[in-house]
Amino acid sequence: MSAPILTLTIDGRQVSGLASETVLQVAKENGIAIPTLCFLEGLSATGACRLCMVEIEGSPRLHPACVTPIQEGMTVTTDSKRLFGYRRAIVQLLFSERNHVCAVCVANGHCELQELARAFGIDHIAFPCRHPALEVDASHSRFVLDHNRCVLCTRCVRVCGEIEGAHTWDVKNRGIRIQIVADLDTPWGAAATCTGCGKCVHVCPTGALAEKGKSMAEMRQKRPFLPYLVANRAEERK
Amino acid sequence: MSKLRLATLWLDGCSGCHMSLLDTDERLLELAAQMDIVYSPLVDTKQFPERVDVVCIEGAVSTEEDEARLRLVRQRSGLLIAMGDCAVTGNVPAMRNPLGAEAMLRAVYRESPVLAPQIPIEDLPRLHGHALPLHRFVPVDLFIPGCPPAADTLFAALAALIAGTADGLRLDTRFGA
Ligand code: SF4
Ligand code: SF4
Ligand code: FES
Repeated sequence: MSAPILTLTIDGRQVSGLASETVLQVAKENGIAIPTLCFLEGLSATGACRLCMVEIEGSPRLHPACVTPIQEGMTVTTDSKRLFGYRRAIVQLLFSERNHVCAVCVANGHCELQELARAFGIDHIAFPCRHPALEVDASHSRFVLDHNRCVLCTRCVRVCGEIEGAHTWDVKNRGIRIQIVADLDTPWGAAATCTGCGKCVHVCPTGALAEKGKSMAEMRQKRPFLPYLVANRAEERK
Repeated sequence: MSKLRLATLWLDGCSGCHMSLLDTDERLLELAAQMDIVYSPLVDTKQFPERVDVVCIEGAVSTEEDEARLRLVRQRSGLLIAMGDCAVTGNVPAMRNPLGAEAMLRAVYRESPVLAPQIPIEDLPRLHGHALPLHRFVPVDLFIPGCPPAADTLFAALAALIAGTADGLRLDTRFGA
């Protein structure tokens, strides 16, 4: 049951954690904040957004903290000029990839992408934007999926599969053509597996998933409900 | 000390950013004491002056005319400020970009049942295929996101320019603010 305890250095500080923990977890336990987007407490980690990249001494490449297990004696740097540059680029690329118009968005003021841009001091998008023609799936009776605002974090896919157990959402295509789909690519309203629980709507970091009838800035996601559900489930399994 | 020569330009925007500027209320007097507004939709000058110190530009670049005005204004201005989300990202005017100008005009003026079905072209500048932010055409010195940026934000930016403390200025605003 008990994993061995390992010692490592994060940002010049000696810290320790269980061998089963990730760099992100141990950093957080020690009050060291690493920016994240696809990661959400209570869901499995997938390393989709690369925002949590850290430097590990002796390795030429960068490592996503949310899926990197700690190792004895490793030396981690969570913030540097290089990392900050990459993180700023990632956020700008996310904006450039689809159509983000914060001024008219349901999530305006409650959006993690918008907040990351603010926190990183991103005041314009250096890359040309793609302006793709993407659909809005409003076929569900209570919810909407606007692909224009989706950052492909797959939080919805994971919460639906891992917590609700319905696995309505999945991902189709690869690379720039990736898209979230319901039930093997059917309109959400026709997806037989969807229980209408709304969990995906509340974990979405942006305004891509929203309740119908919400106007600009009205979509307030209840993201912190997950650890509560996970803890309850662990209780039941005992 | 000579007063700062300020111009403001209105491209493809809703005028909200200019309204926000007016929203600085009595602080306009403070600004007016230290800068001359030499060209703006708010004043009567018809020609953009040969030389201004600072220009605040509202709106995206959506037509050939917008682009030509922007390029001229860039040449004649010391410091160019992208004022508000439309100038900074394209924002609402850019929502037509996935459709393209032709399809958008058709959808609004021909396929919409309530309006007389004709696409207005007389005396109007031709639309570019995409509405784009200023920095896709000319170098921009300061970006002020917000839709519109709050009056306090605009005041803070102009006050910093007057005081000469605008270098590395971090404004309390964001996209969609
Ligand atoms: S999802 Fe977020 S970043 Fe995208 S438009 Fe909405 S508020 Fe802006
Ligand atoms: S719909 Fe929302 S939760 Fe799902 S992948 Fe897109 S951004 Fe993430
Ligand atoms: S938070 Fe680690 S990759 Fe997204």
